[in-house]
Amino acid sequence: MRTCLVVDDSRVIRKVARRIIEEMGFEVAEAGDGLEALAWCRASMPEAILLDWNMPAMNGIDFLRQLRRERGGEQPTVVFCTVENDLDHIREALSCGASEYIMKPFDSDIVQSKFAQAGLA
Amino acid sequence: MKSDEIEFVAEVCRAAAGLKVDPDKVYLVESRLAPVARREGFGSIREMLISARQRKEEKLLWSVVEAMAQGETCFLRDPKMFERLREEVLPQLAVRRQAGAPIRVWSAGCASGQEAYSVAMTVEEAGAGVLTCGVDILGTDLSERSLEKAQSGLFTQFEVQRGLPIQLLARHFEKRDELWALSPRLRAMVRWRRVNLNAELRGLADFDLILCRNVLGNMTPEARVRVLGQLGGALAPGGYLILGADEQTGELPASLAAQGGGVHRLDPAAQVAA
Repeated sequence: MRTCLVVDDSRVIRKVARRIIEEMGFEVAEAGDGLEALAWCRASMPEAILLDWNMPAMNGIDFLRQLRRERGGEQPTVVFCTVENDLDHIREALSCGASEYIMKPFDSDIVQSKFAQAGLA
Repeated sequence: MKSDEIEFVAEVCRAAAGLKVDPDKVYLVESRLAPVARREGFGSIREMLISARQRKEEKLLWSVVEAMAQGETCFLRDPKMFERLREEVLPQLAVRRQAGAPIRVWSAGCASGQEAYSVAMTVEEAGAGVLTCGVDILGTDLSERSLEKAQSGLFTQFEVQRGLPIQLLARHFEKRDELWALSPRLRAMVRWRRVNLNAELRGLADFDLILCRNVLGNMTPEARVRVLGQLGGALAPGGYLILGADEQTGELPASLAAQGGGVHRLDPAAQVAA
């Protein structure tokens, strides 16, 4: 089964996202910040990552930069999901290798269509 | 709402715009008309309809019709169709039009403009031939309010997350307060005009591409036949009429050949009425 790692420091957001993404046929794993996510990826690279920006320990963009330097780290398709909704953040995310970008708040329609646009349908 | 009120609304919509209003869908009618009644300063839908009926207030009646005509829309709706526009339809039209004459596109029933602007974005990616040729896009809708919104080029965060890939948002939009503003370059590619498709279409002719997607399903069978005939008549020889991918097309004029996915093409050798 395909795996998606949901990285967000909010347990509520992780729960909502998990339900939506599981319905799309993914097995979902959760991490509360970038460091935890990195540890998870080093053990087993997921196919997709839904990634918050602002988190303690290691934020989303630092995690993404580090991920792309890891062995096999170019593989996961990364979709940001954050309250940051200005072009500077969006462009930075894209330049670091994110495929799509969701601005919170989100619903299942948005997640599904963004995953489809990222080639994860 | 009482059944005579629903029937009144249905009759007004049918007569004015060929709209089909299902009298059984009371909830739908109420949810569309309640905001109109509020906006126009009435205490209830009933009060608004009484006033509209007694005083035959044209403007108020049109507000009712426009509210009932409203449909769903989003950017790049049916991405496969836009892929086909980019790869096949637009390049082919550019060859036919040749330099000096822009490709003429009509988004019929354009609502708040997402379809017309999606065509504009697609043109930018359709290659040098299409860009050299140039493209004129006309967006028309029944609703003045929708056209004003379309013309503003301003969309909410919710709207830009429906159908629009993030790369296109970053390329074509700027943030303005809480809204997203489309680039002046793309906005300049589209003109807007209020058109009732159910009325006689004057001065709308010689189009290479007409998109009328998810509009006809909302119309009575008689109106559908009339509108399809008029749209077919507004095409240039070899022009395309694109309907919604799953829309029923039994009533199409014989000169239009179905090519699947809602795409129809007028015979390139067709005689066009003067």
